[in-house]
This record gives sequence, C-alpha cells and structure tokens, in this order.
Amino acid sequence: MLRFITAGSVDDGKSTLIGRLLYEANGVYEDQFESLRQVAAQRRSSVDLSLLTDGLKAEREQAITIDVAYRYFCSTTRKFIIADTPGHEQYTRNMVTGASTADLAIILVDARKGVLEQTCRHAYIARLLGIRRIVLAVNKMDAVGFDESVFRRACQMFNDFAALIKDVEHYFVPISAREGDNVVHKSARMPWYEGPALLQLLEDLPLEEGRNLQDFRFPVQRVLRPNQDFRGYAGQISSGVIRLEEEVVALPSGRRTTVHQIRLHDKKLEEAFAPQSVLLTLTDHIDLGRGDMLANPESVPSMSNALIADVIWMSERPLRLNLRYLVKHTAQTLYCNVITIFHRVDIHTLEEIQCGTLALNEIGRVEIRTHKPLFFDAYVHNRVTGSFILIDPDTNDTVAAGMITSSKPHNATTLMAANHQNGEDRQPTIAVDVDGVLADYDGWKGIDVLGEPRADVVQVLRVLRTEGWKIVIHTTQSDEHITGYLIRHQIPYDEINKNSSYRNPGSKPVATVYWDDRAVCYSGDALRDLEAIRQFRTWSGRR
Amino acid sequence: MHILREVAAEFARPAMLYSIGKDSSVMLRLAEKAFYPERIPFPILHVDTTFKFPEMIEFRDTYCSQFGLDLIVHTNTEAIESGANPFRLGTSQCCALLKTQALLNALSEHKIDAAIGGARRDEEKSRAKERVFSLRDSLGQWDPKSQRPELWNLYNSRIKATQSIRVFPLSNWTELDVWEYIERENIPVVQLYFAQEREMLIRGKLLIPFEHDMNLLPGEIPQKVMCRMRSLGCTYCTGAIRSTADTVPKIIEELRAFRRSERENRIIDHDQDGSMEMKKRGGYF
Repeated sequence: MLRFITAGSVDDGKSTLIGRLLYEANGVYEDQFESLRQVAAQRRSSVDLSLLTDGLKAEREQAITIDVAYRYFCSTTRKFIIADTPGHEQYTRNMVTGASTADLAIILVDARKGVLEQTCRHAYIARLLGIRRIVLAVNKMDAVGFDESVFRRACQMFNDFAALIKDVEHYFVPISAREGDNVVHKSARMPWYEGPALLQLLEDLPLEEGRNLQDFRFPVQRVLRPNQDFRGYAGQISSGVIRLEEEVVALPSGRRTTVHQIRLHDKKLEEAFAPQSVLLTLTDHIDLGRGDMLANPESVPSMSNALIADVIWMSERPLRLNLRYLVKHTAQTLYCNVITIFHRVDIHTLEEIQCGTLALNEIGRVEIRTHKPLFFDAYVHNRVTGSFILIDPDTNDTVAAGMITSSKPHNATTLMAANHQNGEDRQPTIAVDVDGVLADYDGWKGIDVLGEPRADVVQVLRVLRTEGWKIVIHTTQSDEHITGYLIRHQIPYDEINKNSSYRNPGSKPVATVYWDDRAVCYSGDALRDLEAIRQFRTWSGRR
Repeated sequence: MHILREVAAEFARPAMLYSIGKDSSVMLRLAEKAFYPERIPFPILHVDTTFKFPEMIEFRDTYCSQFGLDLIVHTNTEAIESGANPFRLGTSQCCALLKTQALLNALSEHKIDAAIGGARRDEEKSRAKERVFSLRDSLGQWDPKSQRPELWNLYNSRIKATQSIRVFPLSNWTELDVWEYIERENIPVVQLYFAQEREMLIRGKLLIPFEHDMNLLPGEIPQKVMCRMRSLGCTYCTGAIRSTADTVPKIIEELRAFRRSERENRIIDHDQDGSMEMKKRGGYF
C-alpha cells in the first residue's frame, strides 16, 4: 500500500488529476460518473472530474478544496490512499495534516506558469513532514502544445530549489490531467518523454514506507488484566521488531526484563513488527502503565523533559510563551510550556527569522518543557516517537503539530527549581476521598471495611492520569489497607495522604482540586455557606 | 485496534454503535482482538428503528449472547407510537426521527462521550473529509469547517462536558477491505448479504424488499428476484442488487469487477444533492 498526498493550487488541476486517476483506475463507480455527466449536461460543458473529490457543499460552491479528503483506489499491483490537500497558503495546516501519514508527494505545477514560490513551499512542507519522495507533475501540457522545452524549464527550476532540501528523491512527469496524457497511460503526444506514466511510476516505486526496523519501541496503551494471574501490555509497535525472549528495557524505570509472550487475539506469535498492534507479557513483574514504553536496550530512545522541535501552528490564537499547553506524544498526554522560540521559517525563502510568537500556518523551532520526561527519537529517525501535537486546554483544539529534532541536556533538579518559582507550572494534583467517592459507601462498617470501587470514578482517574495529573488518595483509612485495595482494583494513584512535591509543614496534602463527598465549596458568601453546612447531606444521603 | 484502545483509555463512557451490518461485524472482531483476553470494555448500542429485517434482529441477538456482549437497544418509541414510518413521513423525516433523534437520545440517556461507528470514508463524498475522531456539539452536530486537524495517529480526545466524539476506526478501509477481512477472519455476517431468490418490488432501477406491509403502487406485484443486499438498513430504504454471489469469495470476486458504488441503492442518500452532508450536520451518524 502506498499513501501519498497531492499538493498544488486550485487552478493547477489537482482535483482533476485525482478524478482522472480514480476514474481510469476504476476507483470511480459508474453511478458517481453518471451524476457528473448530468451536471455537465446542465452546464453544457464537458465532464468535470474534479467534482468527484470536492465533496463538501461549500467547496463545490466556491470551487476550491478546503479540507483534506481521503481517496482510495487500487491498481492490479498496489493499493493507494490519496490525501487530497488544498494548495493555498491559508491551508498549510491541511497540507501538513495530509503529509503526516504520507510516503510520497505529488506536487502539481501549471505548465503555463512553471515552478512558483508555492511549489517550493509544498516541497519544503512535504520534506519537513518526513516525505522523501516528491513527484513533480507538470500539468496542462495540452495548453502549451506538449512543448518539451516548457517541461525541461520547469524541471530545471525545481532542481535549483530542491538542492536546498536535503535527502529527497524527485521524479518529473509531464501530464494533462484533463485529457489523460501520461496519467494512467503513456501519451503518444509527448514522444520525447521517456519515463513512465504517473500511475506506472507510483506502482513501481519500491516501498520504503519510512519504516524503522532497528529500534524497537512499544508505547503501552493499556494494561490488560482479566484475572490476577495475567498482566499484558497492549499497544502498537512504533518501530522495530520484537521476538520471544528478547530483552527489553522499561521506561521510565529503566528496569530490564524479557518478553514472555507476544499475543494477537487468541494467537501466540514468535515475533511481531511495526506497525502491528499486539499484547506483550513480560517475564518479570514490572510496574508499567499507559504512556510508559518498552524499548530495545541496545538503542534506547532519548528521555528528557526538555525538547527542541519544529512546530507548525494550526490555531487562530497565536502561540503564547509560558501558557500551559497539553502535549500528546505516543500514549502520553502531559502539561507543557513552550519556553523559547528560536526562529520561524519564512516558507517562501526558507530564511530563519527571529520572532516572539507563531501565528496560524507559521512554522518555527521551539523548546518545550514537560512536567514528566517523554521517551522519544528525532522525527527524522522515527515518525511515531518523534511526533506530537499540542492541545490548548482551554478550547481543547489541536493547536500545533510538532516534530522533535533533539532533546536539550537538562537535569531534573533545575526543572523542579523552575517549577517552584512559578506555582502555575506545577503538575496539577487531585486529592481523592475514598469512602463515598472512590468506593461505594453506605455508612461505617468498621475499620478497614471498604465498599466496591466505583467504575466511573476509576475511569475518570485514569483519564486524568493520562493528562498528566498527579493523584493523591486522601483517606481516613490506614495506609497499608488502602494500598492493597488500590492495587487489587488497579486504581491509579501516586501517593497516599501526602503530596511530596511540596514541603508544607501541615499534614494536609497540597492539591489543585479536592474531590470529596463531604465538602462544601466556599461560595464567596459565608452566610450562605452556613445554610449549606446546616443542611449538608452527602450524595448517597440525598439519594 | 490502536484506535479502539485509545478510545477505551481516554474516554469515561465510550460505546460502540452496532448496526448489524458487515462493517459492525468487522468492528466487533477488532474490538475482541484489541482487548482479548479481557472482555470488550464498553457496551454495544443498537438504534432500532423497528423497520429492520427480522433476520437482522435475530442475528444481533444470537451474536451478542454468544459473545456475552453488553448490548443496549434503543428505539424512539415516542415517535413510533405517534405513527412515524417511511411511507407516511418520507425517508428524510423518518430518518431524522427514528435514526438521528433516537441516536442522540440514546447517547444522552447513557451519558456516552465517545460513540464508535463503522462508517468508512470511501462510502460517500462528505465522509471523505471526516476525521477518525469527529467532534460533535451538544446537539450531536458536525461542523465540517471547524474540524480539528488530525495528524499521524495522535488523536485529540479532549472534549467539554456537553460535547461528544464520534470515532470511526474503519475510516481508511474500503468495501473490498471489509470483505477480504471477513473472509480472512471468518466473521459471521447476516444472510441478507448473500444472493438468493427474494420477494422484491421493482421500481425503476431500484429493487426494494417487500416487507413491513409496504403499500403497493397500482398494478404492482412483488416478484421473485435473485439478489443480495450490498448494505443493510431499514427494509424500505435498503435496495438490493441483482447478484448470484452466495458466498464470501464470490462477493469479493463480484466487487473486484464492480463499477457501481455501494450506497447507490440507499434511497436516503439521494433525497437531495449533498444530502448525506446535511444529515451529518444534523447529528446523523
């Protein structure tokens, strides 16, 4: 299977090219084509293949492609997924989205206009997102009388520019998407072109797939424990291969153990490789949870809470330094701050420019600090463990895409010190009451008697944990008894009755939020609260 | 499997929408695999319009009890009692009440924050732009212009209390992929997908199953036709295709040769131009 994107501006005939590929490779059904014929008859024009892909009403009305559309077709030898992305600069983020999962880019140019600034922008973005193969399709050759010199000129201009972008293989094909020349079949009208038709090229390219088979990385998505005797780690292999009895290192603990079983449903496998989703069991009991990682001990990923990355800003609200964002990386979501912007890249000239923020569609290099370390590789080596998104916790929007370039040498003590200067920066903490919140409670039944855990509360704690919250269990029960209870029921927690991130003299654990069934929240009006206290009933009491 | 595990880990109350069709059967198998040896950690929700084929309901009940699934069946009984049906209301209004409204009611009644569905991008034009994690507002509405960018396989599951997410794990599958997977994994599907002689009404190009006391047009007589269903819905809205493919391999062979799209026979997709996009904006799955 080959995944590719198509980039080019509205008038370059991109949608027509895709329509042509789909139509000629049988990716378009007769009834869909029939509806195009009807539209053409109404407009008294020839069939417009671009209507096959411009799906949303707004797009058909404005005759532009505003969002990424995915298309599927197969030839006799290969399956293809096309991400059809809009070309205009204001839609850079959509092109980035399409490119993030693609192995190849087809960039269109209009033969009449030649290579434009935007052609170079598309090539740069494709490369930035890790695409190493670019096909320059010089379209509308019919409009220039199939003139070889026009084609050669475009190739030369692109070559001059592409010299600035490293590690890219490029291919050039002269086509007419509207009339079909060199799209699926070789055109007799351009005998001077000796290369293959576009589809032939796509079929014959060896599949590199950007797959890294050396460095085994396995981010744990979920721990499966159907019973006391079985503990399996569910996840998708990001890169590399794993075989039975091979040694792995667990991160962040650094403990080493070996793989006991590789399971896929009811089958037991000898080996598994990226990008398979499997279930692993380990020889030793190791405390591993969602967001942790198993890796090849011979080539461990970087582990740091300070990283340098290229980000593409995707939100109308510009990047703000020292505002809290969430970073989602593999199976971890943590709070973070962008603490430095080194520069932004002018995507027309590739110049690096000093700046204080990043606005929508801008690309820049930044330093990010997280509360806990991430386990990662540089994006150029690993597209899974090298990528992340930033989320604005106020709006929940995805505001940026990031590609890690390297980690910054950084020690944990300075991070702690930095955190202490700024209370805002601290890891959010929730203190959770046990009787009546975490555990069902209908009255005192004696010391160390606890009700069943409430599944919804446990699930909420798991969700908070993935978002980077610290969980402090706040209870009147004895520590030993509650520890057994928490472990037995797989309830996530960090500490019991204390929060050692703070050295407060009193015994109350410091927390951002206290979750209790016996709390009255101060309303700003003590007299009103007095009434609330006098009439106080717990949730189970009111039931 | 990766997507399903993300949903189970990041949402408080996910549920899997189950339509009894081939895509649902594939999703269930993927969910079994993703969590095995644990049970599927979320309930299965079927929105029953009461106009489904009896074979579908029978299949659902057998399958769910055999695999010990936590099945929720929801029907907009209020609308049914006040006489909602496709013959009286027309398909557009009927879908709005018995599918869209029923689904929204079920999601709010069970406080579901992530609803997993089997829709695929290759089915229909507007679906080609849907995200794998698709954000819906408090009324279940889709706003195609303010979709979150979705990069790599990093899914943003953050929502406000009134919002919910629709999740489409089969986004990148095609109809052929689905059947090839059914063959490889030996997944049971409803008998209606396989060709046999059935009692049908022939209306123009459409073959409509003669079920649920349909009103006949003047002079119309049901006829026996060798056919199969290519997609399943309510009896009136599910057109059949003429086919002799009565096994999974024959269906795959048939699809490879096919030049007509899967939803061509779905009456509801064609009631007006851009009609699927409009339904989705209103909260339809």
